[in-house]
Amino acid sequence: MQDLSSYPLELTGPDVPMVRFMNVRKTYGDFVVLDDLNLDVAAGEMVTVIGPSGSGKTTVLRMLMTLETINGGVIYVDGKPLTHMPKNGVLVPADAKYLRKARSSIGMCFQHFNLFPHMTALENCMEGPVQVLGLSKKEARERAEELLSMVGMIEKKDQHPARLSGGQQQRVAIARALAMRPKVMLFDEVTSALDPEVIGEVTNVIKDLVTKHNLTMLMVTHQMGFARDISDRICFFFGGKIEEQNTPEELFTNPQKERTQQFLSAVKAAD
Amino acid sequence: MTYISFLSEYGGRFLDGALVTAEQFVCSLALAVFLAHLAGLLLLSRTMVLKAIAVVYVEFFRGTSLLVQLFWLFYVLPLFGVTLDPFLTGFLAVGLNTGAYGAQLVHGAIKSVPRGQWEAAYALSMSSSKRMLRIIIPQAFVIMLPAWGNLVIELLKSTALVALIAVPDLMFEAKQMNSSTYLSTWTFGTALIIYYVFARFLITPTMRSLERIMARRMGRA
Amino acid sequence: MQWDWQFTVEILPRMLWATVNTLMAAGIGYAIAAVLGLIFAMAQRTRFRSLTVTVREVVEFLRSTPLVLQIFFVYYVGPEYGVSLSPWVAGMIAIGLHYAAYLSEVYRGGIESVSKGQWEACTAINLSPAQAYRRIILPQALPPSVAGMGNYLISIFKDTPMLSVIGVAELMQAANAIGGQNYRYLEPYTIVGLVFLIISLFSAALIRSFENWIRRKLGMY
Ligand SMILES: Nc1ncnc2c1ncn2[C@@H]1O[C@H](COP(=O)(O)OP(=O)(O)OP(=O)(O)O)[C@@H](O)[C@H]1O
Ligand SMILES: [Mg+2]
Repeated sequence: MQDLSSYPLELTGPDVPMVRFMNVRKTYGDFVVLDDLNLDVAAGEMVTVIGPSGSGKTTVLRMLMTLETINGGVIYVDGKPLTHMPKNGVLVPADAKYLRKARSSIGMCFQHFNLFPHMTALENCMEGPVQVLGLSKKEARERAEELLSMVGMIEKKDQHPARLSGGQQQRVAIARALAMRPKVMLFDEVTSALDPEVIGEVTNVIKDLVTKHNLTMLMVTHQMGFARDISDRICFFFGGKIEEQNTPEELFTNPQKERTQQFLSAVKAAD
Repeated sequence: MTYISFLSEYGGRFLDGALVTAEQFVCSLALAVFLAHLAGLLLLSRTMVLKAIAVVYVEFFRGTSLLVQLFWLFYVLPLFGVTLDPFLTGFLAVGLNTGAYGAQLVHGAIKSVPRGQWEAAYALSMSSSKRMLRIIIPQAFVIMLPAWGNLVIELLKSTALVALIAVPDLMFEAKQMNSSTYLSTWTFGTALIIYYVFARFLITPTMRSLERIMARRMGRA
Repeated sequence: MQWDWQFTVEILPRMLWATVNTLMAAGIGYAIAAVLGLIFAMAQRTRFRSLTVTVREVVEFLRSTPLVLQIFFVYYVGPEYGVSLSPWVAGMIAIGLHYAAYLSEVYRGGIESVSKGQWEACTAINLSPAQAYRRIILPQALPPSVAGMGNYLISIFKDTPMLSVIGVAELMQAANAIGGQNYRYLEPYTIVGLVFLIISLFSAALIRSFENWIRRKLGMY
């Protein structure tokens, strides 16, 4: 049992980050995936995580979505603990009820979309707002239609996922996540399962989000050009640690660490 | 009366019954396996008549209920001058019925042997019966073994119906003991447990180890 | 032995009425099994290990012991503890329990066939576990389960003759009674067989088209 007394019950002060990983540790049995991770993401910031396969990028996002439990440290979202809850003046591991409330400010898009196959595009986007947020069908429909228009999928709103291309499915998945009005959006390799010619339609939607909306975003991608275009900051992960982080310009043109240089030149060679 | 004294008094009859159940099981299993393979192969036949015979056999015995088949064999067949004793009628009905279900497993398994295997055997210019016997059936056997595991349990359960034509099996003995002692929980409960032990600790492990042995023979383990 | 058409016409109304009872027994038994099976399946998916293990063992027990014995057990054991069940009630409980075990396996298979990503998407839009099951997981578990659910509906139907052993007035019981009264077994037993054959073939076809329909309906081609 770790000592949690040194962790604040709530983050206060002038620049509370939207997301804070504080000494976070994640293991599978004896295998340490992430060791002592510290990472802040400011409100409205777009942070991209890059790194070799198996370095723990997906794990970072999944922990934040509460799809994985953590074995040490605390994650805060919007100043409040996510993985833990205050009880009698100290933090204790969060129970299911607390987790459910805490994660409502987070949305996620997956590599394989995970749309609900038995629902149309519109129904996919209405499901959360109606069932979870308690919106009326009418309100939820309006919200869903607005978002489907934004991602360019309004014409296909009555199609089931099986009738949509990968790029179209991913755009619906983005609309579905946004319909929950999250403060933080997570994108895990959302273009990796797509044919090259449709990648652009998804990256354009994300670019739009960055320029027009004040969302906090955490993204994992293997597309360096895209990451460079839209990110405020790039984190290079290696072996479960942040090896180096910087603005895109600095990191791509002037990487400090040898491992970063190796990774970037390997990626460039592959392109 | 305690359960212990109940057992010491009636244990012998449970044992006798279980023995008859085991005999019924073995006889009907042998018949079912034979019929399943015969009908399963005939289902693949290109000779329409043979195929039709197999289809009718399978659909008829799957479509009508086992108890109906049993009673028909036992009560109606003698009217046509064919009288079989209860034991024979019992395993005949169970074997015929289970064989029809088994035929589908055999048929499905043979069809799921990859095309390449048929073609490879053809390329070696094997005769079609050799190809079937040496190449296809051994592979099909491994494919269908897990499904046979379930079917064999079903067969064991089916044998309990022969009690209704007075074959003195476990079910029959339990019924008899119940009507003389009125100790329903103990008589039927004990019989249930014996069936369960038979299925769970005899048949299932045997089928599992058979699966393992076959898998090893096929070089898959 | 000659087929007696006049006798056939005479007994037909009674046989038809018994057919209605048979169908009713199958329907009620199936409804109980369908609901109870879902409970068995869900109980094996909770966090409580001991519950999972217990239910698992109960399911195994129900599946590997003969239904006819279970019917006797339920019918005769009640009075020992001061509850007399009518043949119908006892029969429905026994069939419901027996097939709940089978259906729970079908449901489990269906639920497990839904990909992990669907659960994760449910978490990402913050559905509660109950909402996730009801709205997302179970609807997707349904199409792959329909074939199995349909097969067990037919199986229940074909097992209803066993209810005759405790005197439920279904087809087999009617045939036994008619046969006993008139000393003619050929016609009643043959009619029973034909009724079963026709209804099972017909419903097998029906279930196949229902399976296709539900897939289309849910938009999953
Ligand atoms: N459920 C699990 N059980 C055991 N190990 C796991 C599990 N999930 C992930 N891992 C391990 O954790 C490490 C980090 O995995 P993660 O998925 O975060 O990598 P990644 O950086 O996203 O890689 P990729 O670029 O291939 O997606 C890997 O070594 C992986 O094998
Ligand atoms: Mg990953």
